[in-house]
Amino acid sequence: MVKEHPAMGLKMTNQASYTEYNPKSYHRPVSIWWWLDSWRYTRFVLRELTSVPVAFVAGILLWQVVSIAEGPAAYASFLDSMRSPLFMALHVIAITGTLFHALTWFHLAPKAMVVRMGGRQVPDSFIILSNYAGWVAASVFVGWFWLVS
Amino acid sequence: MSAGFGWLVRMLERITPLLWLLFSAGGTLVAFLFPLHILVTGFAIPLGWVEAPSYESILDLVRHPLTRVYLFLLITLPLIHGAHRLRYTLYDAFKLKHKTVLIASLCYGVAILGTVFASYVLLIAL
Repeated sequence: MVKEHPAMGLKMTNQASYTEYNPKSYHRPVSIWWWLDSWRYTRFVLRELTSVPVAFVAGILLWQVVSIAEGPAAYASFLDSMRSPLFMALHVIAITGTLFHALTWFHLAPKAMVVRMGGRQVPDSFIILSNYAGWVAASVFVGWFWLVS
Repeated sequence: MSAGFGWLVRMLERITPLLWLLFSAGGTLVAFLFPLHILVTGFAIPLGWVEAPSYESILDLVRHPLTRVYLFLLITLPLIHGAHRLRYTLYDAFKLKHKTVLIASLCYGVAILGTVFASYVLLIAL
């Protein structure tokens, strides 16, 4: 037996149902700008927002590959676009963001991955320094391939 | 908001460990290699610090199978990294957890489109 409730348009059925007891504790309303209150929070959100410049750079790489696939004229126009003030400005933001990401990433590495050698934990500073060394090595290697070979 | 999209939310929850793995891999690639690529493409070549490689040499380089794999990973993993990180930033910093279906679809949608496009370009068009 199903009846339409005249006032609210709710279905009435012969099946019993009840609303769960959901006590709601009081939450002080928090502004969406809460992270501007302290530099620690701001730094955290800025670090997380480096995801936007990262996506931008991935897009530039994709554009570069597409232009190479299309031919010399398209590649020349890609290189021209990179000289424009707009892309210069975007690249300043992009390199600032990715450097911030890289530094925080390297410094979090020892916390994310504890390395043991000879039964003893490798000191954090050693892992951070080897990250920097790997960074320089990877940059020199790829840079050499990209520009020289 | 998430009415009718329960399956999407459940699927996201199931693959979350995989997403964190891809996030880490992407973040590592970004940290080690993005600054160099920005330095070369965004500054060194446009500002004339170094001579731009000729089209023929860059085409040869990019067509090499190892370079194709390198570029595929260098484009797609950071896209997934960025999508995943932005998703949680919008949740935590901007308190948008209740918009999870919209946010996850937009973030991962862009990453998936980029991945499909990159696969097409690097495997077929190039």
